[in-house]
Amino acid sequence: MRLLKLVPDHTNIHFLKWQWPTTIISVALMVLSWVLIFTHGLNLGVDFKGGQMIRVTFTQSATVSTAQVRSEVESLGFGEPIIQTYGAPNEISIRLGLPEGSDKNPAAAEAMAKTVSAKLKADHADARIDGVDSVSGKVSGELWTIAIKALGAAALAISIFIWYRFEWQFGVGALISLIHDVTLVLGLFAITQMEFDLTTVAAILTVIGYSLNDTIVVYDRIRENLKKFRKMPLPELLDLSVNETLARTVVTSGTMLITLLALALLGPKVIFGFSAALILGIFVCTYSSIYAAAPMLIWLKVTPSSFVATESKLDRQERLAREQR
Amino acid sequence: MLDFPRWKQLWFWFIALAAMAAAVPSFVSVAGYAWPAALPNPKINLGLDLAGGSHLLLEANPDQVTSLRLESKEEEVRNALSKASHPVQIGDISNKDGSLSFMVSNPADVDAAREAVLPLTNGAGLSGQRDWDIKVVDTTRIVLTPTKAGIDQAVTDAMSTATEVVRKRIDALGTREPTIIKQGTDRIVVQVPGLKDPTALKALLGQTAKLEFKLVDTTASPTDVQSGVAPPGDEIVPYASGAGALAVKRLGGIKGDQLTSAHQVFDQQTGEPQVSINFNQAGGEKFAKLTTENVGHPFAIILDGKVLSAPNINTAILGGSAVISGSFTTQSANQLAIALSSGALPIDLKVVEERTVGPDLGADSIHKGAIAMGVGTLAVVIFMAVTYGRFGMYANAAVIINVIMILGIMAVFNTTLTLPGIAGFVLTIGAAVDANVLINERIREERHRGRKVFQAVELGYKEASRTIFDANITHIISAVLMFVLGSGPIKGFAVVLMIGIVTSVFTSVYLTRMWVASWLRKTRPNDITI
Repeated sequence: MRLLKLVPDHTNIHFLKWQWPTTIISVALMVLSWVLIFTHGLNLGVDFKGGQMIRVTFTQSATVSTAQVRSEVESLGFGEPIIQTYGAPNEISIRLGLPEGSDKNPAAAEAMAKTVSAKLKADHADARIDGVDSVSGKVSGELWTIAIKALGAAALAISIFIWYRFEWQFGVGALISLIHDVTLVLGLFAITQMEFDLTTVAAILTVIGYSLNDTIVVYDRIRENLKKFRKMPLPELLDLSVNETLARTVVTSGTMLITLLALALLGPKVIFGFSAALILGIFVCTYSSIYAAAPMLIWLKVTPSSFVATESKLDRQERLAREQR
Repeated sequence: MLDFPRWKQLWFWFIALAAMAAAVPSFVSVAGYAWPAALPNPKINLGLDLAGGSHLLLEANPDQVTSLRLESKEEEVRNALSKASHPVQIGDISNKDGSLSFMVSNPADVDAAREAVLPLTNGAGLSGQRDWDIKVVDTTRIVLTPTKAGIDQAVTDAMSTATEVVRKRIDALGTREPTIIKQGTDRIVVQVPGLKDPTALKALLGQTAKLEFKLVDTTASPTDVQSGVAPPGDEIVPYASGAGALAVKRLGGIKGDQLTSAHQVFDQQTGEPQVSINFNQAGGEKFAKLTTENVGHPFAIILDGKVLSAPNINTAILGGSAVISGSFTTQSANQLAIALSSGALPIDLKVVEERTVGPDLGADSIHKGAIAMGVGTLAVVIFMAVTYGRFGMYANAAVIINVIMILGIMAVFNTTLTLPGIAGFVLTIGAAVDANVLINERIREERHRGRKVFQAVELGYKEASRTIFDANITHIISAVLMFVLGSGPIKGFAVVLMIGIVTSVFTSVYLTRMWVASWLRKTRPNDITI
């Protein structure tokens, strides 16, 4: 039986040839992402901004005019609503700031949700209220702090682990390519204005995990080759390592994409943003593990001797055994 | 590496089958069959986002505990001084800026006053720390200041009581399987699955239900009352309906904390909903005394600082029961009855976070999540089979066992499956095959380098294992951090991820190696298709 090979055997692509163009692209994309994040901002959901979100499905209609719903909700005088469809065009979310003083008087928030729901049901016979989220400013502030802490702690802890398992250059390289990946995903959220909520943070934490997963596989091979081919020039060695792991990178990205596409296209619409973030994350991570994580090691001046001092007893035994063979 | 003793094989099969068996009850219940009660019944809980329901985060204001304590301490101090063996006359007692201070009329009595009040300042706890600091200033003025330990203890007590009261009230609503957890120092999380409309729940929890009966001061001038100026010894209490206010005597009333039960009833003449209450022995006697002494006077029924009604006492009420009226609906009367019989909240609670998911959306999410999971798994299975042939099929078997094992382990630990949890599942499927991809690619490589089949497979597993270890540790780190720091959806996602990482290493590294090894030993192939 002939098996499918996405990456032919003995592939030898000269990746580092494109080192400069890809570096420029990466830096440009990162700058662009930051500019977008600062100019457009992230479309923070009620989790992080506080306020009220009412989710409505219009069970009979195929599409719903968000402009119409907006004017209907605006007529109630609760301020400017943010109206979005999520996933399907007949599922919308309405976001409103909590009425002033609702911190002291929860009934005000309650009354607001009731009024909006009643209005929607009156104007659209097929409106089904699927959920109401109401988060006070204090709680949303706390959630935001927690999310930032979780992201920061994850990035830091993992980098330290890599530094410990490999060498400082690898830790720094992994951290930089991690920042690269997360920045680009955030850039996507800024440009599409998809809602950024707690679930999105879970997606970004996953991107962090996956980004490092990918980077580690390549780094692991580089470390191995550094020990094996002590005389090989570094650019050549990096190319060799990336090529050797390329088939794995492509196949794994493939399986991840398959499952995530299933989730994005067939899964519950509420987590569409989550799946979208992950799909972009997979592309970015795959790209960065080839083009960012490896070349970085050249600038960070990794040499075969980086490993002599830290070579463990076990590694040494393995190397000697290999050399004898 | 490829040597698997019989005991090891049995052990692996035992682990896999045991974890898979634990998933069975969850499937049976989804399919609608009854699970025999005699058997152990581990089950996965469905999160609110899948089952539909309400999540409420209630928050108390600890400052309120302090001010309530000051108020009750004021009464205690008055009582202690007037009932002391040598009663002490005091002037002007006030609680301001978080402390209670009073003047002793006769400077010679200061020491006696201090002695009399001293027992009131000791902590009830075992810590031996004082609840209140007591200080004599200006030779005649005594100041009681709450200590930090005292305040903390009071807040903790108040929150424990509040949690109990909340539990009683929710149970009275008859909802199934509510979760009520104290969180941090001043918060309570309430989760009620399957509740369609949380309005009643919130109204019930938002009600402190502090009931008081106080005598109306009929001598107060209406203009004073209107302008909010209380005559000495009185306080101004507004009507719940919003129509005006009343001046009532601050002291000598009865508190509603001596109730044994409360029910919603209908007025036999007007048919109006009312709440009937029953006092315990002590409360009943007090109530009888109050009504006997004040026949012909109006007394105010005050709930949470608002007057419900102020009927005249026509005859002494001796039976220990009374009826509260005050323009109720059947629902609001019922709600008040529940609130009163479950006791007053020692502290006001307000809703700072609410998440409600309609049951339709939840059902829809489960349905779509299951489809996505099924299609995703199937696609990966086909992909792996055409990429790695026989070795791909081993990986596939591992993935399927992996999925069922995750469900089983979640059931054993009674974990909650949430919507992000389903996403975690789908992701685990994608990531679980990564280990096999690494191994299989390595075997391919070693074969290309000209190694013999056995050696290539052995090296493949050995070399890839190190990479798999490093890669999975990073995943575990991020999953653990998500679990520890995260809340709500992040936690649900992290749980599945953590379990999934462990089971995927077990299935994709150990199980497949066992299968591959036994196949190699049986057939001893000269070449493999990989």
